[in-house]
Amino acid sequence: MAEKKLMKGNEAFATAAMNAGCRYYFGYPITPQNEVPEFMSRELPKAGGYFIQAESELGAMNMAYGAAAAGGRVLLSTSSPGIALMQENLSLLSSVELPVVLVSVMRGGPGIGSIQPGQADYEQATRGGGNGDYHTIVLAPATIQEACDMIYKAFDIADEYRNPVMVCADGMIGQMMEPVVLPPEKAPLTEEEIWEQKPYALTGHKWKRERNAINSVWLQQELLEEYIYQYWPKYEKAEAELQDWEAINVENCDTLFVAYGSVSRVVKEAMQALEAEGYNVGLIRLKTLWPFPHKAFELIGDNCKNIICCELSMGQMMKDVKAEVAGKYPVHLINRVGGMLLDPVEVVDRTKKILEVK
Amino acid sequence: MKRITLVTGHYGSGKTEVSVNLSIDLKKEYDKVAILDLDIMNPYFRSRERQKMMEDLGIMVQFNSFGYDITEDLPALSAALKTPLENKEYKAIVDVGGDSDGAKVLNQFRKYFIEGDSELLVVINTNRPESDDLEGCLFHISTIQAETGLPVKGLINNTHMLSETTPQDIIDGYNMCKKIEELTGIPHRFSTCREDLVEDLKAANAEAGITDMEIYPIKLYMRPSWLL
Repeated sequence: MAEKKLMKGNEAFATAAMNAGCRYYFGYPITPQNEVPEFMSRELPKAGGYFIQAESELGAMNMAYGAAAAGGRVLLSTSSPGIALMQENLSLLSSVELPVVLVSVMRGGPGIGSIQPGQADYEQATRGGGNGDYHTIVLAPATIQEACDMIYKAFDIADEYRNPVMVCADGMIGQMMEPVVLPPEKAPLTEEEIWEQKPYALTGHKWKRERNAINSVWLQQELLEEYIYQYWPKYEKAEAELQDWEAINVENCDTLFVAYGSVSRVVKEAMQALEAEGYNVGLIRLKTLWPFPHKAFELIGDNCKNIICCELSMGQMMKDVKAEVAGKYPVHLINRVGGMLLDPVEVVDRTKKILEVK
Repeated sequence: MKRITLVTGHYGSGKTEVSVNLSIDLKKEYDKVAILDLDIMNPYFRSRERQKMMEDLGIMVQFNSFGYDITEDLPALSAALKTPLENKEYKAIVDVGGDSDGAKVLNQFRKYFIEGDSELLVVINTNRPESDDLEGCLFHISTIQAETGLPVKGLINNTHMLSETTPQDIIDGYNMCKKIEELTGIPHRFSTCREDLVEDLKAANAEAGITDMEIYPIKLYMRPSWLL
């Protein structure tokens, strides 16, 4: 087994991406994810890769477009306001079915906001601001280990679905240190392997096939409609196959928490305190934000009387939870915003208040 | 300890947790204690995040001039930082940013760091990838010395794995410090240990035949329980 190291989240994210065979990174600095480009600028060239500090997030996305079109594994990383700038190109990359992995180290918004952790980009990630019919596959880790494993897997998902995959960490997971076992190193694909495994890639036709072209302009609407119907089933497949979650006592609990990311760790500690006082609590922790883990909610048992969403936003995730349970249970919100964090004591106190008033 | 203790080390070695612990313990013995947070490298987990807690204990906390704007991501420092450096009644812990880049900031205060009145210590955690071997540790020590022009006077072994720390982690770090001591003459000053692990560490030391490990029990002030 690989050795356990104490690593800072952002360093570990970058290392996990390199171990997945990523050799291209394009980015523009923004706190709290700057250690990712810092690490990549130092380590990628040593591994024969390419690091470019772009002139902006838009530039980084366009460089990613090029590298992905050539068949490379590409990592992008930024924080909330940077994702806002990248939305146009998330749509563009999706429209031409190019795989990239994007890490968002979320901070407090809106606007320039704060550099402290946030989760108010749930809708930004899952709904996106890009135009047209597309989805970004969104994974949400709660620990540095899980983030590394998810980033590693995200490259495979991106290649399989030929679609951008976003890993939504938050500032806390990016900045803190934790023990981590890094996933094993994979070599990047050779030119021959790209030719075989990524037939869409712009490798040069070498007089052996038709020329490839990657282009999102459609001048005949009939053809664009046909194209959308042709790629859309992959999103249905993703909804069927990629939903992921952690369930604790969901079948039996009276009170069900729903949370994701670092907040789920606060909730877990609060649950221990509540259990010690005789409360029967459970948790659904979302590991995918899109596709939303609908299947987890099918596990809810007959005891459930209340659902409490814990998140660092004004209830963005709660909207999905409410849609999911369709009025079957009252859904409440325990939140902090602006870069403020929940702590276990606050979650316990607010839970008790919610359960009293009804 | 000298009047001014400069706590440096590689990135993520645990300088801040060590510095906050040292400040709080010094305050138990001395009237005037200050912690100087010179970390211009990191946006999170800086001493200033515990400003309120330490000020309530009577410790002077200095960083930049933005008061409670503790998340200010600017490499700016307050002129008031000089108070505890100039006023000899103060004991000062200087929490420096990571690596030689972070230690660079010490140069502007160089005139206060007088031999006998101050000393530079280096924190080592051998569970961090950059300092998991002798070469890495020596590189950090030599670059910090080169950047600051100050000699390293002691090593603080802060080898841990957070909640997964075992006495063996601490002993491994201690052994590394002893190797560095042998090669450079820079002595191992003490090994930190989470309070609840101290007895286990003592037992493990006895078993390993280690008799001269000065153990410094620490509390985790910087890290909330839900992150352990």
